[in-house]
Amino acid sequence: MTRPTLILLKTLTWLACLWPLAWLLWGAATNNLGADPTATITFATGLATLRLLTISLAITPVRRLSPRLSWLIRFRRLLGLFAFFYATLHLFTYVALYAGFDVNAMAADIAKRRFITIGVAAWLLLLPLAATSTNWAIRKLGGKRWNRLHKLVYLAAVCGVIHYWWQVKPGVLTPVTITVVLAVLLGARPVLAWAQHPKARAA
Amino acid sequence: MLIGKPPDIPPSEITPRDRYEDYFNRRRFLRTVLSGAVAAGVAALGAERLGEVFQPSISASAGTKLETVKSPLTTTGEQLTSLEDITHYNNYYEFGVNKDEPAKNAGVLPTRPWTVRVDGKVKQPKTFDIDALLKLRPLEDRVYRHRCVEAWSMVIPWVGYSLSEFIRECDPLPSAKYVQFLSYYDKKVEKWTSESAIFWPYTEGLRMDEAMHPLTLLTFGLYGEVLPNQDGAPVRIVVPWKYGFKSAKSIVAVRFLDKAPPTTWNEQAPNEYGFYSNVNPSVDHPRWSQKTERRIGLPFYAQRRTTLMFNGYGDQVASLYNGMDLRRNF
Repeated sequence: MTRPTLILLKTLTWLACLWPLAWLLWGAATNNLGADPTATITFATGLATLRLLTISLAITPVRRLSPRLSWLIRFRRLLGLFAFFYATLHLFTYVALYAGFDVNAMAADIAKRRFITIGVAAWLLLLPLAATSTNWAIRKLGGKRWNRLHKLVYLAAVCGVIHYWWQVKPGVLTPVTITVVLAVLLGARPVLAWAQHPKARAA
Repeated sequence: MLIGKPPDIPPSEITPRDRYEDYFNRRRFLRTVLSGAVAAGVAALGAERLGEVFQPSISASAGTKLETVKSPLTTTGEQLTSLEDITHYNNYYEFGVNKDEPAKNAGVLPTRPWTVRVDGKVKQPKTFDIDALLKLRPLEDRVYRHRCVEAWSMVIPWVGYSLSEFIRECDPLPSAKYVQFLSYYDKKVEKWTSESAIFWPYTEGLRMDEAMHPLTLLTFGLYGEVLPNQDGAPVRIVVPWKYGFKSAKSIVAVRFLDKAPPTTWNEQAPNEYGFYSNVNPSVDHPRWSQKTERRIGLPFYAQRRTTLMFNGYGDQVASLYNGMDLRRNF
């Protein structure tokens, strides 16, 4: 990949990742966030988190399909950090617009409501990953340990999807799509590893 | 995120949003400028509906003006939620699980001809035609707070008369202790019902004394006009001190029973939705607090407000539940 192409693709990725935020800011400025703006903000930030997390998890299996796709790795950190960015906005929406910064109310919610418990857990799992996303941190930890730590992203994504299921009313099936996509992406890992293992040994 | 099912209603069924808004704005403007319902009707309904205007009948479709009288039971001191929000932010799962879907999809609901069947513990089963129901009693303007179990709320100017007036016409037997309401269900019309794992038809129920309470409204309209389909046309109930899902929409049958009927959300998740489902800030929903609510139509920083016991109708209805543990009977 040439440098100008990379810069172009990175710019497009940045714009795509900033799109949900821009949409929300524009909506807030023009009082155009629908009948229930609080719910709109919550849903938009939550969905952006899950989608970005899912896309970032697609990179490894897609790369493995062909050596010519190895450049995709250069986008993973960007996507992961944007996922964390929207997760943080999502959490802040809860803290500000739902709990009204009431610490007792938040503590009660986390203790009592499993969808909040698991949502907070998902954010806490993403936190060390975002914190160790710099080149310096990768060097400091060493590739192996860094890799092992960043396996937490699978758990975070699973927690995020369970959070979605536990939040919707029983019987509502809207989280199905993201669940299936995530299941395929997570399932693809052992399948690809198994399929490519004999080849690796033969070589 | 939604299971992708393209809406398969013909585009001709859908009123474009801008035209819809325009339509109501024009109506409001004309009403103040012109007197005479015909002039307003002709101008507002457009040429394609001329026939309806010259065949005066209250059986017309959504948006048709209803003749109403004042009611002492109306709620005062609240800012009304806009017609746009009341008609575009709906929970009506038969027409899609997302809030904006019923406005797009409910146009296919056939509101004429329409009858309401009455059976169960009554002297004799009966069937009421919708147009007869509309004329049964004078239609009253009743502003009510509307509190959804999902912790959002609106203030809606409904049009109807007390359900008790209708129940008197049904001649229930003394053994009738509960009333069940069944909503319209035709999966060929309401294709969206397959998006959720709910047992259809939608059904709700009230204890007889709740159903007979004057606040419980048999509802035909809002904002002085025939109910838009997505708000439960052509006839629904409104029980303002209970969470919104108790107020069944598009009712086709009313059944009098000697014991509590199964009700849709209670069957779906009994730990989350009780049979009574009175608005109660001290009983949390398992997944969220009911202490506060978000008022629809306000900016995000101004939505949050305190939820009132019985949605603020405690003076009128608290006595219905004397001696009952409302934590257990939530």
